[in-house]
Amino acid sequence: MLQAIFIVLSVITLGGAVAVVTNKNVFHSALFLVVVLVGVAGLYLLLEAPFIAMVQVLIYVGAISTLIIFAIMLTRRLMNTHQRQRNEQWLLSATVCLGLLLVLVVLITQAHWPVVQANVSEGSLPRLGQDLMERYVLPLEVAAVLLLAALIGAIVIARERMP
Amino acid sequence: MIPLSWFLLVAAALFCIGLYGVLSRRNAVGILMSIELMLNAVNLNLVAFWRYRAPLDSLGQAFVLFVLVVAAAEAAVGLALVIAVYRSRETIVMEDIDLMKW
Repeated sequence: MLQAIFIVLSVITLGGAVAVVTNKNVFHSALFLVVVLVGVAGLYLLLEAPFIAMVQVLIYVGAISTLIIFAIMLTRRLMNTHQRQRNEQWLLSATVCLGLLLVLVVLITQAHWPVVQANVSEGSLPRLGQDLMERYVLPLEVAAVLLLAALIGAIVIARERMP
Repeated sequence: MIPLSWFLLVAAALFCIGLYGVLSRRNAVGILMSIELMLNAVNLNLVAFWRYRAPLDSLGQAFVLFVLVVAAAEAAVGLALVIAVYRSRETIVMEDIDLMKW
């Protein structure tokens, strides 16, 4: 049963990903990106990480995809579907990516992956919160400063120049 | 239970698709979307390894949260750059943005 759900989610995710990179219309690509992000959130749920899945939906589906759609609409006039969407090196890129995928698939299927059995359905989220406040409090603060810097930087970069 | 390697295979495929998008797209926003795909593949790997290798340690999930923060910052700054470039050069085709190439 879980395997069937996993296969359905993976097909949706990977199909959406292919649509994101090959679609001629960038706006449609952004909508397919939402499908991919929701599919990955479903995979997180299968991995028993509901908090990560929720954060994924909130930040990626809620914020980042909205930002991307905004940017597409602000720059839409020049990127209509009649224009070429691939550059000259797309065939070479496809070869390189297929080669990399082949190497990774061979490596992953050949290797032995030992698994630690554990029941994580309860207690994983409180532990994460506690660790974020104790063990990882410095990275957490650095992340906060990074977000603030990125916010200010984005505003400064995108602002209209004063006449 | 789903084998760990299945998740790794899906993440590898997602990463390679994103890499293809980064290398072959002409639209700057398209490239940013492909970068998001690659970041998602890495996050999927991190969560899978956390669940199957160290489920009692929250380091895996904490790492995913920090990657999410960096991804959000990257998307905000990247899209602001795209809009700034569009405003000054009237294009977001990557081949035409070659001022710093020699």
